[in-house]
Amino acid sequence: MDRLRMIFQYFQSNSESVMNGICGLLALASVKMYTCFDFSCPCLPRYNMAYGLGIMFVPPVALFLCGLILNRQSLVMLEEWRRPQGHRKKDLAVIRYMCSSIMQRAMIAPVVWIIVTLLDGKCLICAFSGFVDPEKFVGFANTSLVQVQQLLAKVPCKDDELMRNNTSRKAVSRYLRCWSQALGWSILLILVVAAFLARWLRPCFDQATLLQARHWSNYIDIEQKIFEETCCEHSRLFAHKCIFHFFESMRQEIKLHSFSLPREGEGAEGEKDLLQGITDQDQVNNLLKMWYCEKPPL
Amino acid sequence: MDKFRMIFQFLQSNQESFMNGICGIMALASAQMYSAFDFNCPCLPRYNLAYGLGILLVPPFILFLLGFVLNNNISMLAEEWRRPQGRRGKDPAVLRYMFCSMAQRAMIAPVVWVSVTLLDGKCITCAFCTSVPVETLGNASHPGLSQGEMKRVLARIPCKEIYNGQELIANEVAVRYLRCISQALGWCFVLLMTTLAFLVRSLRPCFTQAAFLKSRYWSHYIDIERKLFDETCAEHARSFAKVCIQQFFEDMSRDLAAARLHPPRKAPADAGEAAEKLLGITDQGTMNTALKSWHKCKPPLHLHPPALSRGNGWAGEEQPPMHPSVPRREMAAYYSRV
Repeated sequence: MDRLRMIFQYFQSNSESVMNGICGLLALASVKMYTCFDFSCPCLPRYNMAYGLGIMFVPPVALFLCGLILNRQSLVMLEEWRRPQGHRKKDLAVIRYMCSSIMQRAMIAPVVWIIVTLLDGKCLICAFSGFVDPEKFVGFANTSLVQVQQLLAKVPCKDDELMRNNTSRKAVSRYLRCWSQALGWSILLILVVAAFLARWLRPCFDQATLLQARHWSNYIDIEQKIFEETCCEHSRLFAHKCIFHFFESMRQEIKLHSFSLPREGEGAEGEKDLLQGITDQDQVNNLLKMWYCEKPPL
Repeated sequence: MDKFRMIFQFLQSNQESFMNGICGIMALASAQMYSAFDFNCPCLPRYNLAYGLGILLVPPFILFLLGFVLNNNISMLAEEWRRPQGRRGKDPAVLRYMFCSMAQRAMIAPVVWVSVTLLDGKCITCAFCTSVPVETLGNASHPGLSQGEMKRVLARIPCKEIYNGQELIANEVAVRYLRCISQALGWCFVLLMTTLAFLVRSLRPCFTQAAFLKSRYWSHYIDIERKLFDETCAEHARSFAKVCIQQFFEDMSRDLAAARLHPPRKAPADAGEAAEKLLGITDQGTMNTALKSWHKCKPPLHLHPPALSRGNGWAGEEQPPMHPSVPRREMAAYYSRV
């Protein structure tokens, strides 16, 4: 419990950490979604390719957009990009830095999805079973073209009556899965090497500009947060004053209109008069009606 | 337990977090409801379509309305919309902002339901099983079946146990086909919704940022003002009630003493606070009369010095009658204790 709280506090400690946290959550959600998703290949000649590649590429696009939406910094960056220049110059390096950091974080969940898909293999088997060379597999070697297409399309469906005990089906399936996993591991290797090189080689190129860009992008983010907090504080004080003046003006009106109000006794002077001079059901009703019908001007 | 408390505290820390929290809970509830729901296709020609599309579209509508109901700000929006102008101008931009932000949050649970339904595939399989293309997937030339008969057979596709059209079209083939279409629709729907959300969020800073900042400030202001006003009224009501009840007890004790021709028993100077709190009521009979009187004849909602004749004055009297100069000091003393 304490550990969870500590982790939570750490992530909230600065906005970069928050974004890394969201990024990690999205990646986990992407893996969870894939395992919950009931992959069901149609096993029909033209539909297989569309379905397989669709499942491989459409959810990553949605996850990428989600990563951009959930990242608060993307809004900050857009505002900074589109604001009028005013008294403050615009630094394109800062905007570029923010953009690249947002894109990098948003790319993680889609990449995780694609890699999990490839390592699992079902998508590629579904999409490319119709493109395998039938001559290589005994069961499909001596059939007509149309028939072989139909049969190959049914390879991903283990329970289909034609494919139930077909050993060539298993051979095709293993072949495609092997390719799929090789592709998955290669992509993972390439990405990790690229990330490693990028981090290692970055200090060799223009470190000073990078430090400046990072500082000012943090600054813009913090400035935005503080502005919002200050606006909230301000509206609270504004409301407080507004309501106080409203009650005061009601009290003045009551004083003007009714002559037999008890004057404030000596004991009440210098102490907070909680009743504000409103001591009657009608006065209260009147006050509430005035509040609704004629709110005080801002 | 501690975990829930922590999450709860975080969500309550500000209004927006709270609304996002409710939103997330409703989305999870919607996914959970779908998995708990026992889908039962009727497997009859016209009923399938009605049932399938009904399950696909009616719960999202209910969830959307529920999203509005659970949102506290809906009454604030209605109040701001309907109030008379009075001395404060009305800004339609603020109303639009409030409505849009509520609608966006209310949309999330229905979108989750529709996505989960489409990705699962049972609804579309049930609704459209009679429209499966038998020519391409099965044997359309299967003899002896009129249109109506064929529709009846196809309608049984979702119910594997009673399906009798294996020669017409294999059950697995049809189910796979329909499920593939359903999942494709589901992913396209998810992509469309995320694209829309992305566009809405990213185009705003490009066009109307200043107006947006203004509307957001004033809508927060209206919310805070309403809360502060409610708090102030609650404090006022508390003070009002306290003084009213104290006056009631005082009147009661004075009346009873007058009826028995005894002078009101004043607490001796050195009796201490406890004796003062007894408010002059010091025996069972008096207390019982006080309680009975509280039930049968509650005092009027007037906090002026006690009237000479105690009427049942509900809202009838406009002005209290002229009072003799009954101890102002005592009134002041009550106020200060309050």
